[in-house]
Amino acid sequence: MGPLVPEIIGNNLNLIIAFLIGIAFGYTLEQAGFSSSRRLAGLFYGYDFVVLRVFFTAAVTAMMGLIVLSFLGWIRLDLIYINPTFLTSAIIGGLIMGLGFILGGFCPGTSVTAAAIGKIDAIAFLVGIFTGIFIFAESFPLIRDLYTSGNLGNILVYESLGVPRGVFAFGLTVLAIAAFIVTSRIESRINGEERTESPLLRRRYSAAVGVAVVIGFVLIFMPDKTSRALNTVENHWQDAGQKIKKMDKDELAMMLINDENRLLLVDVRSAGEFEQSHIPLAVNIPFGKLTDVQWRNLLKDRRKTNIFYATDTETALKAALLSVELGDNGDVRILDEGFDVFNREILTFDVSNPHEKLSVDLEQFRRDARLKLEELAARAGGTTVQVKEVRKIKGGC
Amino acid sequence: MRPPQIDRSNYMNPYLAGVLLGLILLATIFISGRGLGASGAFKSLVVTTVEAVAPAHAENAPFFANYSKTHAEGGLKSWLVFEILGVLVGGFLSGLISGRMGFKNEHGPGISGRTRLIAAFSGGILFGIGSQLGRGCTSGAALSGMAVMSSAGFIAMMAIFGSGYAFAYFFRKLWI
Repeated sequence: MGPLVPEIIGNNLNLIIAFLIGIAFGYTLEQAGFSSSRRLAGLFYGYDFVVLRVFFTAAVTAMMGLIVLSFLGWIRLDLIYINPTFLTSAIIGGLIMGLGFILGGFCPGTSVTAAAIGKIDAIAFLVGIFTGIFIFAESFPLIRDLYTSGNLGNILVYESLGVPRGVFAFGLTVLAIAAFIVTSRIESRINGEERTESPLLRRRYSAAVGVAVVIGFVLIFMPDKTSRALNTVENHWQDAGQKIKKMDKDELAMMLINDENRLLLVDVRSAGEFEQSHIPLAVNIPFGKLTDVQWRNLLKDRRKTNIFYATDTETALKAALLSVELGDNGDVRILDEGFDVFNREILTFDVSNPHEKLSVDLEQFRRDARLKLEELAARAGGTTVQVKEVRKIKGGC
Repeated sequence: MRPPQIDRSNYMNPYLAGVLLGLILLATIFISGRGLGASGAFKSLVVTTVEAVAPAHAENAPFFANYSKTHAEGGLKSWLVFEILGVLVGGFLSGLISGRMGFKNEHGPGISGRTRLIAAFSGGILFGIGSQLGRGCTSGAALSGMAVMSSAGFIAMMAIFGSGYAFAYFFRKLWI
């Protein structure tokens, strides 16, 4: 279902939504006290940790929400914007921003809310941002190499760390709570005041911590759809034999000749093997790329039967099961005995010598099939299957 | 060290504000497929200004040329610009409702208002440069990045706040 843009909500409506979201964002920032530079700077001197509290609570809340929504299948995380990691420029840019934070007492978003209520220092900060971006733009040719160095792509933190998504989310939740407790103590000590929370507030905090830990723990058991599908394939592919029917080489040849439009033939071997030779009309989706979002529309077409083949039947079976688990068309078959047998017995059927083991009819059928499939290959020659480009959302600052 | 006295009573509970902000961010990602941001809006403003004032320069300088290539609809008709206009309105409404409106130059007890303005301006310059180099600021790169669990989000968060702590001692006169 989500994200609603661009399929459900158009671009102009999206801008109106941006404005409304901005109002909520600005209102909350101001209510939290982010319009005061002295409160924001308190984070670095230990007298006010409001930034840490709001920031981490917000990040953990949104993260939990996304995991739950994707687990329920309400949002496709593969379509949302993931900011790319450029290691060098991210670190150097971050260091410069940290110094800017200490000097300026704001970050860009908070300075806007502060300026909105009349803070003059925030207006000076905003003029500074404008100037800074202009300086960056003018010196861009000099720093372009730095800007584009260390590109690691749209990587995810839990993949970088090699832990499951849910485990990372749980760890971050616990870490945030620990940080809240420790910083509260530091804050009380630096401000020289007793901790003044009322018993009621304390009870509420304890309840909130309990809820957060429970949700965080549940997240461990909420793998994303893709890893869930891969898991099922890994553990249950042997049982899939009854569900996913095999198709004999002659049956496939017959279907290709008579009913080519009713089937989608998927070659899950490597691109190199596909390049060497393949069954006419086949689409090459190497097994490792089957989970890529770009193939979903193609594989979801319910007017067709999806037929998977590989060198061996095991890989074909796993691919077919994975496709079904990912929610593609459930009408699937696999080619029995694999590509090499089909290649030898049909595509390059030996027509020069008589086959004593085969019945006369079958031999005749295969001679015809070879010819007809050669025609089919020649006809399909240049055409490749059009894959509808899925629009990944662009974002970022 | 004499801590500044800050009246916290009028503000929203920070954890409640955090949950609200998190839900706003979640709704943003659910609807628009992207996170919140801020510095990108200023980039649009800078580019549009330069295009209006010095169009020839904007066509030749690679930064501006890149921008117009990726933003066919034109400078200010961008998601982040509309969002930041909303932030301005939202902040104004909040200040009005909670009685926090008024021109004020907030600074630490040990410095003059003029010093504060110079520091704020310099901080803004650094944030402007840093946010462009780092592809986003505290909201766009760090907060939204952490929500979608991108490595970039966590790196930005650690770099920004780590650097803040590293420099805090040298600029303590500004604040305490």
